[in-house]
This record gives sequence, C-alpha cells and structure tokens, in this order.
Amino acid sequence: MAVPLVIAESLTKRFDDITAVDSVDFEIHPGESFGFLGPNGAGKTSTMRMIATVSPVTSGTLSVFGLDPAADGRQIRGRLGVVPQEDNLDLELTVAENLYIYGRYHDMARPKIKEKIEELLDFAELTARRDSQVETLSGGMKRRLTIARALINEPDLVILDEPTTGLDPQARHLLWDRLYRLKQQGATLIISTHYMDEAEQLCDRLVVMDKAKIVAEGSPRALIDEYAPREVVELRIHNGMEAAIEQLVKLAPRIEPLADRVLVYTDDADRTLKEVHDQGIVTDSALVRRSTLEDVFLRLTGRALID
Amino acid sequence: MAVAAPIRVLEAQYRTYRRTWRGSVISTFLQPVLFLTAIGVGLGTLVDDGAGTSTLPIAYLAFLATGILPATAMQTGSSDGAWPVMAGFKWRKDYYATIATPITVRDLILGRFGFAAIRLTFVLTIYTIIMALFDAVPLWPGVLGIPPAVLTGLAFTALVTAYTCTLENEIGLANLFRFGIVPLFLFSGTFFPVSQLPDWLEPLAPLTPLYHGVELVRKLVLSDLEAPLVSSTSMWVHLAYLVVVLVIGTALAVRFLDRKLLV
Ligand SMILES: Nc1ncnc2c1ncn2[C@@H]1O[C@H](COP(=O)(O)OP(=O)(O)O)[C@@H](O)[C@H]1O
Ligand SMILES: [Mg+2]
Repeated sequence: MAVPLVIAESLTKRFDDITAVDSVDFEIHPGESFGFLGPNGAGKTSTMRMIATVSPVTSGTLSVFGLDPAADGRQIRGRLGVVPQEDNLDLELTVAENLYIYGRYHDMARPKIKEKIEELLDFAELTARRDSQVETLSGGMKRRLTIARALINEPDLVILDEPTTGLDPQARHLLWDRLYRLKQQGATLIISTHYMDEAEQLCDRLVVMDKAKIVAEGSPRALIDEYAPREVVELRIHNGMEAAIEQLVKLAPRIEPLADRVLVYTDDADRTLKEVHDQGIVTDSALVRRSTLEDVFLRLTGRALID
Repeated sequence: MAVAAPIRVLEAQYRTYRRTWRGSVISTFLQPVLFLTAIGVGLGTLVDDGAGTSTLPIAYLAFLATGILPATAMQTGSSDGAWPVMAGFKWRKDYYATIATPITVRDLILGRFGFAAIRLTFVLTIYTIIMALFDAVPLWPGVLGIPPAVLTGLAFTALVTAYTCTLENEIGLANLFRFGIVPLFLFSGTFFPVSQLPDWLEPLAPLTPLYHGVELVRKLVLSDLEAPLVSSTSMWVHLAYLVVVLVIGTALAVRFLDRKLLV
C-alpha cells in the first residue's frame, strides 16, 4: 500500500483544562475518502485544524505528507485544500476575486489562476455568478465557493469540516454530488460530519469520535455489520412502555429504549414484527428499516448523534 | 516564495481596498481641511495678530499644518491597526482564510504593513497638496514631511495592531482612542509647542511616538524654527526612536496575532 498522507500517533490537543483530542491514532491513505463522524464537541475540528497546521499539537506525533506540521507548515499548506466549518469568504469581493486571491496566496501564475477559475466555477455551478459580490450568494452557493476556493491549488489532500451543516436538503444533495465527483476523480478527502447519512454517502472509511476519543474505525458497511444487527424495528408506544420493554427484551438480542420509541435490533425484521404483535404488544406505529451508522453510534456511546 | 508571500497579502489588501475605499475617503480628507480652516485660518489670525505678543516667527497656519500632518498619520495608522485587525480575527475572520494557505502570520503582518505604508503615503501626499493650497506650507519643502509622517503612522499601525491582537472585543479599541490617541493628538505638540505644556507634563511628551514625528516633520519642513518652538534634539534621535517603535511593534504584532490565530 502507498505511504499514508497523514499519520497520527497518540495525537492529543488540550485547551487549558479541556482535552479536545485525547491520544488518537489514525492513518489516511492516498485516494481514499476518510471521515470523522461524531457529535458536536467530539474533537473533529480540533483534529482537522492540527492536520491543517493551524493548531499546534499538544502531544503525540502527526505527520502530513511525511512532513512535520510544526516545522514545515508552509510547505504542507501549499498542498492542502481547506474548507473550514465556518465560511470565511471575503464578502465584499466577487466570486471570481475570492478565487483569484487564493490562487495568489498559493503563488500561482496569473494565467494558470484564470484557467483554474473557469474550471472551478463550472465545477461549483457558479459560472453565472462569477462577478456577483459574495454577500449576495445563498448559503449553498457560499459553501460551494469555499470548496472551489480550496481546490484552486490542485491540492493533494482536501479537508472538509462539516461541509453541509446548516444547508437545506436540496443544497446538501447538490454539494454531495460535487464531492462525489471529486472523489471519483481520485482526490483524497478528509470529511468531518455529524450526519450519518453524509458519512455513509461520502466516506470509504471512517472513525467514530466521541468525547475526544476514537471509539471505532472501519468502512461504513463494516461498522454497521460489526456493531448493529442488519435491521431495526422502530416502535412508537404511548401507553405501557415499561411493560412492553420487558416483553421486547425476550424477543430480540438487543433493544434500545429512547424517549419516544423503542428500537428493536434484529436480523429478520418481519419475523420480529410478527412476534411483537403475537405477544399482544400495542404499538402506535411500527417502522422497519436497515441499520445505519446512527445505530452504530448509539451502540458505542449509548447516545444519539444529533440530540 | 517566502520573500514574495507578503507581497501576495499586499495585493489582496489592495483588491479589497479598491472596493471599500469610498467609505473612508471623505473623513480622511475632511478632517485636515476642517482643522486648517477652523483652527489654522480662524484661530491663527488671532494668534498671529497677537498685538506684539506673538511668539511665533512663522504663520501659525504653517506651525499647525506641520503638526497635523504626522497627527493625521497617527490617526490613519492607528485605525488601520484597530478595526480591520479585529475584523480579521473576529468578525470577517479573513485572517483564518489567509493563513490556511502557504501565507504565514508574519507574511500577513508584513503585507498589511506594506499596504498601510502605501496608503499612508497616498493620504499624506494629498494632505500636503491641501496644505499648499491653503498657503500653509509650499509644496517644497512641504513634501519633506511625508516620509517621517509615514514612518510615524506606521509605528502606530504596528503598536495598535499588537494591542488589538490582545483584545477580545472592541471596547478596548474605543478606550484606546479615547484615552490614548486623542490625548496624544492634542498634547504632542500638534497645536502648540510642547514647551507650553504644564511642567509636570512636558517631560512625558518625548515618550510618545507622535512627539518625535511632529518634531521631525517640523525640523525638516520649517528649518528656521528654533527652541523652544522645537526641541534641540537631533533629528537622528527622532528617527531612531520611530524606527525602534516600528520594529518592536511589528515583532509584538506577529507574536500576538500568532497567539490569537494558531490555537
Ligand atoms: N479554542 C478553543 N479553546 C478552548 N476550547 C476549545 C477550543 N476549540 C475547541 N474547544 C473545545 O474542544 C472540544 C472539541 O471541540 P471541537 O474540536 O470543535 O469539536 P467538534 O468539531 O467535533 O464539534 C469542545 O469541548 C470545545 O469546546
Ligand atoms: Mg467542529
């Protein structure tokens, strides 16, 4: 296998008395799309900022492109594309100007930048807005521009911190489509997210983070196979929840009572559902679905990803 | 690459400025014009006609104009190190975007200061032309005042940038101007010679960068002026003071911005 682009060993980040990243280990390989999945405050941004060389490592080791972020920051950043959690575009400048300035920061020659700008505007579906002031763009457009800006230097590694948080579903799907295309072109991506569907769609491999630690690692499929039975029966029960739970425990290897419903994990949902009704358990509604990363997270931490 | 990096920042500053300069241009030029009209021409007539008691061998307007030049530089330079810097790390957060590229914090500071120097030169040149139009100081030797005034402004840009990078919010900026910049503007020899200050205040004047800027401009532009209207200190001392402030201010600005951004 090729040499990893990023290697972290016992990587730790502390802010005064808060440990944001607690001794994590991971490797990111060329061409893969690697995810950090975890709830707010898990330490995703802190980890990514260290990789982006804009946050000093507290302890442990980190190498990016085989270089040391503390000593070779300039060189590393020249090969990175960074999409921060919060857009920091220049709102007073136009779409094209934002791209142009970034190209200059990367010390690219003007003709090359001009060429890249056209290509990226097309990629981000912003060609019609090239001379609009950024202030006038929608949230989804700004996000796409931030991604285009991160690609201006043809980076070897693109870091995307919660790329679709705060966007409406339509804008999200367009963005996923663009990121998927990027992946198809062979780009190496690091994506953090607290959306399990985003992680499932975009990541080849991911780590689940919770409370500054990595609690599991693998492909979305492998994680689901390992930590969750194939299917889930979601039961909404208004009356007699406690009695129902007592009966359900006997029916399935694992159940997960939540505030307003019970999740019953099973390898055969239809059979389980039939047994539920045979037992005379009264439900307000019943839904059968496949297990997701959400279930993996619940299993690992006992909590939901988004509360 | 490393040498060119601050130039890239300067270039970006220029592009942003090209879109936003209109907002500041009126106030930048209106203020010296107002001072020259109201105080210089109005009050100056009284001072100069002081029924034989006048102590100035030159027109008050010339004395005032050569003080307002570095004082304006101080204000422009200080403003440049204040709100735009706080915007950079707190409001617009454009500094985070910049340092995500090969640009370092040091490049960012040097590029900003480079652009500040160009902008100061532009503003002070216009101001020197206005001075000439008011018959305060002829263009020659008036232009000799521009380089020391730019240096004064830049020294303040550096000091104020460093200070801003230690702040969490803009209250500290308002206080800086209220309790720092405005008193300096009034008491550093801009409107009247420092020798007129109360005895306990007079020794404090040479501690402030503006004092040295004002002295340097006057000694260069109004070469006939003598003590006590100007000090007898060598021009090299004034120059050295301003350069030292600029160098220390720049080093502190890099260090404090680094601490702010790279957490
Ligand atoms: N600059 C900072 N100063 C102090 N604490 C911080 C700072 N940045 C992040 N933290 C803390 O570190 C923890 C991890 O935060 P973060 O990396 O932003 O998580 P995530 O991106 O997964 O939401 C949180 O408890 C957060 O409050
Ligand atoms: Mg985050």
